[in-house]
Amino acid sequence: MVTLSINGKQVQVPEETTVLRAAQRLGIEIPTLCDHPDLHPLGGCRLCLVEVKGGKQFNASCALPVSEGMEVTTESPALAEARRDVLKLMLHGYHDAGYANGQSAPTELVHWATHYGLDVAEHQAKEAHYPINADPNPVVWVDMNKCIQCGRCIRACAEVQGRFVWQMTGRGFDSHPIAGVNNLMLDARCESCGACVAYCPTGALDNKPSMGAGLPEKKVTTTCGYCGVGCQFDLNVKDNQVIRVTSNPQAPVNGMHLCVKGRYGYDYIHHPERLTKPRVRRYLLEAGDTPKPSAPQQNPTPLWDWVETDWDTALGITSRKLQSIRDSYGAESIGILTSAKCTNEENYLMNKLARQVIGTNSIDHCARL
Amino acid sequence: MSNSMDDIAEFAELVFVIGSNTTEQHPVFGAMLRQAVKQRGAKLIVADPRRIDLTEFATLHLRQRPGTDIALLNGLMHLILQNNWHNSAFMAERCENFEEFEETIRRYPPALVSEITGIPEVKLRQAAELMGNTRPMAVIWAMGITQHITGVHNVMSLANLQMLTGNMGIPGGGVNPLRGQNNVQGACDVGGLPNVYPADQPVTSPQARRTFAAAWGMAEEQLSGEVGKTVTELMPGLLNGSTRALYILAEDPIMSDPDTGHIRKCLQAADFIALQEIFPTETAHYADVLLPGVTFAEKYGTFTNTERRVQMVRPAITPPGEARQDWQIIRDVAQGILSAGTRPVAPAAWSGWDYETPSQIMDEINALTPSYGGITHARLEQGERLQWPCPTLLHPGTPILHTQGFTRGKGRFMPIEHIPPAEKPDDAYPFVLSTGRVLYHWHGGEMTRRAQNLLALYSEPLIEINAEDAARLRLAPQSHVRVSSRRGQISAKAWVTDRVPPGMVYANFHFPHASANELTQAALDPIAKIPEYKVTAVRVEAE
Repeated sequence: MVTLSINGKQVQVPEETTVLRAAQRLGIEIPTLCDHPDLHPLGGCRLCLVEVKGGKQFNASCALPVSEGMEVTTESPALAEARRDVLKLMLHGYHDAGYANGQSAPTELVHWATHYGLDVAEHQAKEAHYPINADPNPVVWVDMNKCIQCGRCIRACAEVQGRFVWQMTGRGFDSHPIAGVNNLMLDARCESCGACVAYCPTGALDNKPSMGAGLPEKKVTTTCGYCGVGCQFDLNVKDNQVIRVTSNPQAPVNGMHLCVKGRYGYDYIHHPERLTKPRVRRYLLEAGDTPKPSAPQQNPTPLWDWVETDWDTALGITSRKLQSIRDSYGAESIGILTSAKCTNEENYLMNKLARQVIGTNSIDHCARL
Repeated sequence: MSNSMDDIAEFAELVFVIGSNTTEQHPVFGAMLRQAVKQRGAKLIVADPRRIDLTEFATLHLRQRPGTDIALLNGLMHLILQNNWHNSAFMAERCENFEEFEETIRRYPPALVSEITGIPEVKLRQAAELMGNTRPMAVIWAMGITQHITGVHNVMSLANLQMLTGNMGIPGGGVNPLRGQNNVQGACDVGGLPNVYPADQPVTSPQARRTFAAAWGMAEEQLSGEVGKTVTELMPGLLNGSTRALYILAEDPIMSDPDTGHIRKCLQAADFIALQEIFPTETAHYADVLLPGVTFAEKYGTFTNTERRVQMVRPAITPPGEARQDWQIIRDVAQGILSAGTRPVAPAAWSGWDYETPSQIMDEINALTPSYGGITHARLEQGERLQWPCPTLLHPGTPILHTQGFTRGKGRFMPIEHIPPAEKPDDAYPFVLSTGRVLYHWHGGEMTRRAQNLLALYSEPLIEINAEDAARLRLAPQSHVRVSSRRGQISAKAWVTDRVPPGMVYANFHFPHASANELTQAALDPIAKIPEYKVTAVRVEAE
């Protein structure tokens, strides 16, 4: 273990810890852009500069290992000036065309620029160098004008998803990430998981289906409805619509990571084919006990038409039919198919309905299918 | 899963994936496995007839013929025993019935196993050596293991392997089936199966029956002591009148059950079908009543993931139109049936149906499901992370099973023999079809075919076929193939790829107009009644 002090506070950390992580352990925030706790450090953006007593120059804390007795200062007028210069340089190669103005939360870059008193509009490049919406991937928006070469997308794809789609190309002012060997993302074997979007601090990569959707009124943390991994994420809601899915770093299983279905497969929720009113076949509403038409799927008859109805009618018919078939043919004549897509609470009720109310153990779901 | 996903990703020195296309079907866990290999240097053996994406990260890819898993596993265990790589200390302390098992294993020498499975002997030896000398080893599987007429025996063989190598009950080890759907684990845990009450209490156990009769206000004889019918038995029952009505909650048998043509006839013969759904699915054509339920984004409750972790589901939006909470619909149907009075219920602790919130239902689950005894909404809402078994309010949950002993006491080695699949290729149907899902779609496709983003990425079904076969059939690029079995026929675009070996094709069941289940058959595992989706004999023709 190594003992050092940061802003006068002592902390003990394992050897090879960086000064940045040691500060984070103390709850001291050092501004960062290329760093992310999930990713290997890059030491690229130099926003995380700190002062070390006895040092000749400022050091990037994300790449600086702790040493015994080290005395670190994370805030000073000189540091603020240095960080402002770093941000100015970044903004020099950054251009926001303004299409998302007011439509999304401030990015990490805009947050820190504002924090250090810089007006992004004033300091950014005057014109675009790259095409906006440069890749036809249906879910990932690419605008390299906003890229600051922090390389988080490259590391996220390699270190989280394991697909190695992104890499850096070019030198100096011209350097920027490309997919594959300058391919389209999907041709570079992108799986559209959106990890690069989730980790991007500038909006250079964004959620294409949500462009222009605006700011959420609320975020609700919930569990994904697709596979059995049990990822959690935040549903972003506006006007009773899910407008995007964002990662929740606290998610127990998946952290920031999601797959293409979890992050982008939510719009079925608002599909116009959603059932919004109970429906019964017309024969069930006819006077008396009109028998079910035989093989109606092959011989269409008006008696087999759907009729939208009220809940009392639909529920009444369902209960009465199940009860009378049970009473006439026995409990074993009824099958209950419960659902691997529904909650434990709902499945428990189907189990109780089968066993207690109907009297059969013939309840199953698609566990086998 | 006996272990947890992060435990395997962090501690397994060797991961053996058999019959799981992890990166497409459990993508986030698949990515964790890739990182375990890349960042930590874990070894990975993939056994799969297809060259799935995960094989790019594998130390070894064993490409067995579909339906030869038992021969493969017995062959590997033969070599492990022969070379003394087994864990005798673990076997002596924790297991029994080794002698009978060993006798069986002896009959699977590498030459024979290579002939049955099509895997070269040298690869069998390499795999056995890795398995015998790398600990801990986690075994991971999914439907590629279970959807066979030998599904249960396949699983038992994997348990044999993990007992033989002493990989049970330890971090980074264990037997780890990946459950398919978001809450298939939970549906099984809370009684959604024909043979068990909640928490795997057998319906044939007089004690369990007494417990539930008392809790639900029933006389014991009112609760059936007979194992009920599985979905694969209920459906054909509609044709002979032994099943007359179905109440279906959010399932789509037309898409998900084997032999769609047969299922159509079955559903058509029903006296009455009530379907509770969010969309008019393919099955809705056969329903008499459609009850509009809600999506996960509109409901409150819990899902249980593949590692037995119970997590909250919270409503973000209100349901459209008059769509109603699924628990309310079920409650109201139950109350309606009970109100007829033909099956009296006495007052008892949990006899009623007057639930006002999902949390009241969870209270009842806590009371009657010992493994969920301490998993309350209150604890989960406070941020506690709980995996069952968690029997009491103070219990921290159980990330790894079987650390001290097996549920039955000693782990029993089961002697298992290879049996060929039910339907073998012949002159009329010379190809083997295997079925499954793709990354961009989900099960019967009811949700993902209505998700524009996913449709944009994968808009039509593709049938995987090897280049050799494509050349022989003179398939033009981008052309369609017609695939027929003894039961049905589909036509879809061919994807010429070395993912499948010559003689094999792979199709999915996401799209109604070309669903693989038109071709599959209801050949069932005799114990689990699971259909053999992974082996169907088919004919393939250019269109």
